[in-house]
Amino acid sequence: MSDAHRAATDGSNQPQAEDRDILVVSELSVSSQNKTILEEVSFNVKKGTSLAIVGPNGGGKSTLFRALLNLIPYSGTIKWKDKIRMGYVPQSLVSTDLPISVEEFLRFKCKTDFDTCIKSVGLEKDILRQTLGSLSGGELQRVLIAWAIVDNPTVLLFDEPTSGVDIGAEEPIYDKVNNLKKEVGITLFLISHNMHVVMHYADYVLALNKRVLFFGDRKSLTHSQLLSIIYGNEFALSEEGHYKE
Amino acid sequence: MGMSLLCQRRGIIKSRRFLVPDAITFGLIVGVFVGSTAGYLGSIMVSKHMALVGDALSHVALPGLALGILFNFNPFIGAFAFLAATVIVTWYLQKSTALSVEAIVGVLFVLALAIGILITPQVDLLEALFGDVSKITLTDTIITVLVSVCVIIVTKAIYPKLAVSMISRELATASKINVERINLIYLFLVATIVALGIKEVGTLLVGALVIVPAAAAKNFSSTLSRYCLMSAIFGLASATLGVLLSSYVSLPAGPLVVMVGAAIFIAGVVINAVSKRFKNKEHSQQRYANPNK
Repeated sequence: MSDAHRAATDGSNQPQAEDRDILVVSELSVSSQNKTILEEVSFNVKKGTSLAIVGPNGGGKSTLFRALLNLIPYSGTIKWKDKIRMGYVPQSLVSTDLPISVEEFLRFKCKTDFDTCIKSVGLEKDILRQTLGSLSGGELQRVLIAWAIVDNPTVLLFDEPTSGVDIGAEEPIYDKVNNLKKEVGITLFLISHNMHVVMHYADYVLALNKRVLFFGDRKSLTHSQLLSIIYGNEFALSEEGHYKE
Repeated sequence: MGMSLLCQRRGIIKSRRFLVPDAITFGLIVGVFVGSTAGYLGSIMVSKHMALVGDALSHVALPGLALGILFNFNPFIGAFAFLAATVIVTWYLQKSTALSVEAIVGVLFVLALAIGILITPQVDLLEALFGDVSKITLTDTIITVLVSVCVIIVTKAIYPKLAVSMISRELATASKINVERINLIYLFLVATIVALGIKEVGTLLVGALVIVPAAAAKNFSSTLSRYCLMSAIFGLASATLGVLLSSYVSLPAGPLVVMVGAAIFIAGVVINAVSKRFKNKEHSQQRYANPNK
């Protein structure tokens, strides 16, 4: 067990705010209809790093994002550094039946020098004429990423950004985001079920199942250790066996 | 004697001729502004899956209208007061309970309709329910023009925020859009335009001014700007054609405005279906001619 895991499980995981911290979350709890969704979650995130949020379904990952976006009531504190610009890439859109073209959608955010904006986010001109509702999963995710990064955010929140995207199309999306982190120093929050993505692209890992199961440096864990923390030893061993095969 | 009678008759006819074109002119001006503004606002309502909210909201105006008739003040003020109160109650309940807007407005709508029918004097009930273009005054017309222009300006200003919050609430919040406030402003705008349209088409049918043009425009739109423009044009066309038709066939304008709107909607559905079929046929013919493509 790593120090961070120990810290998370023995209850002494109160984050100490530092100058480089862009986010400090302390004893965050969320409940809905008498059901606890998150319980005393605490962690902090340094500027320019990436945090992967992992955990089983119903573990509270998306709820954590909703709390970070101030969309739901919660107890505890969420303290963002002043003057952050937030970009958010949702899993999917609620409504795409509005006949809005990709260009119109992006112009809401990118009001001046549209061509430069589009170039900077790497979208082709062909896609601009299509409506949001007619895009494939991969195309829509690219548009949403473009929307999120077009006004140079300092923080990016990705909720399963490649769900519904073809396997081949996943990597370019993550590479694009990773490049942004390296080039511009964006702080990245990433929800993913894909452990390979987590191990490859995240600096820190926050494993959640209503409470914090693990919070710490990704390098302090192996793939199977992370699986064991989230899903238990049996699952981790069977997965390891599967990979060996 | 006979001459004086003829003169009197001519006077009546003259005054009628003088009155009728004025009433129609006022009705047409109100139709142009209320129709186009309602169509523009409706473009969001139809895509927000709130089409029935617009319809239900219009009935809420009835008790306010009745109070205006009973206590002899401008029914527009009464109608707007009731609509505004409903908007605030809806907004608050939506925020603080798990109920959807449709459910809340549905309850308030039947309650308001019941109260409205009970307190509206029987002689005025038909006019309240279906409107009367001939009762539109110069003051009503000026108020309608000014308020409609304000509604269009505010709608245009908040449209991008409304569109984004409709596409994804989370996306909007992350982009620092206050979704609650934008929704409240939007509902107020709808309430305003509904109150303005009541004299022309009545409380029962005014919701159609918001819904039908936008629903029709969806058949022809592939971009948001085109959708907004078409919604406004269809709203304008149905309101003005409805008023003009009513003056020719001597029937109430309200139902005719709705009928024209519905005709545009049906025509749109048919044209869309035919053009899709034609395109599919053309596509399959091309594939048959060039199987390698």
